[in-house]
Amino acid sequence: MALQASDLNVGDTYTERLVEDLKRTQIVMYAGASGDYNPVHTDEVFTKEVAGYPSVFAHGMLTMGMTGKMVTNYVGDGRLTEYGVRFTSQVFPGDTLDATATVVGVTNGIVDLDISTVNQDGVEVLKGSAKARVDD
Amino acid sequence: MAVEKFTVEASHIMMFARSVGDDNQVYYDEDYAKGTEPGSIIAPPTFAQASAQFDPNYGLRPSIDGDGWFGSGGKPSGAKPREGGGGGGGGGGGGGLHAEQRFIYHRHMKPGDVLSATTRPGETWEKQGRRSGKLVFSESVTEYRDQNGDLVVTAIGVGVRTERPVDQG
Repeated sequence: MALQASDLNVGDTYTERLVEDLKRTQIVMYAGASGDYNPVHTDEVFTKEVAGYPSVFAHGMLTMGMTGKMVTNYVGDGRLTEYGVRFTSQVFPGDTLDATATVVGVTNGIVDLDISTVNQDGVEVLKGSAKARVDD
Repeated sequence: MAVEKFTVEASHIMMFARSVGDDNQVYYDEDYAKGTEPGSIIAPPTFAQASAQFDPNYGLRPSIDGDGWFGSGGKPSGAKPREGGGGGGGGGGGGGLHAEQRFIYHRHMKPGDVLSATTRPGETWEKQGRRSGKLVFSESVTEYRDQNGDLVVTAIGVGVRTERPVDQG
């Protein structure tokens, strides 16, 4: 369902839980689907002993992809015109993520959204913005 | 990254949507999708990233013979990363990470699209990081065009190379 410009107010928010207790297997699924087989995402031995991290961690693009689900569920299918993020903290197996879109403006049939995804400790792991077409 | 032919297929979209935990049937079921505004299956918003599958020289995929791959085998590391790695990736201590990503949708990708992608370097800048030493950022701009030459998606990625692994404290 598309959004109606007349129903939107600056400050409106929409939140979804993206994942609870992120599994290594989901990270493997993302590696397989996206084609990014960097072992820091799937190879615990390499990641601990060579790369120097406590465990494998999610692709930033997995977090962006999961957050995209929240955005498209909010704005409707095929409505997104722009979506950009910064990866502000790493996401590890076991993390639980919640993503929120906040309306920052509606002009000329386009809604501007701030996007934020936080983990179970309240640490922001992704910060960004999106634009989508809305109905008059 | 240069990709000559990125054929968008429904099964690939299905696998990608599953991997990001998105069960919206517009990514799975053509009959359902016909009744939605797009009128057909479309790709999820970050699907352009999967074009790495179609880059013959993508550095973050083991080659068929596995030669030179840097992930663990009998030992924790096989080898040094190959040159020409794509995305913001890399490996090893203090390697490259993906810092930012932005997509501009001229329209949404769908099955049947035969895309090509060309990438040009963008800006480069440096910053002193609190948790990982000196940071070197580099931007790349990739344009995905369809078989008619029309622009479908513009992707702007920023990779960062860190001096040392990011402190977890």
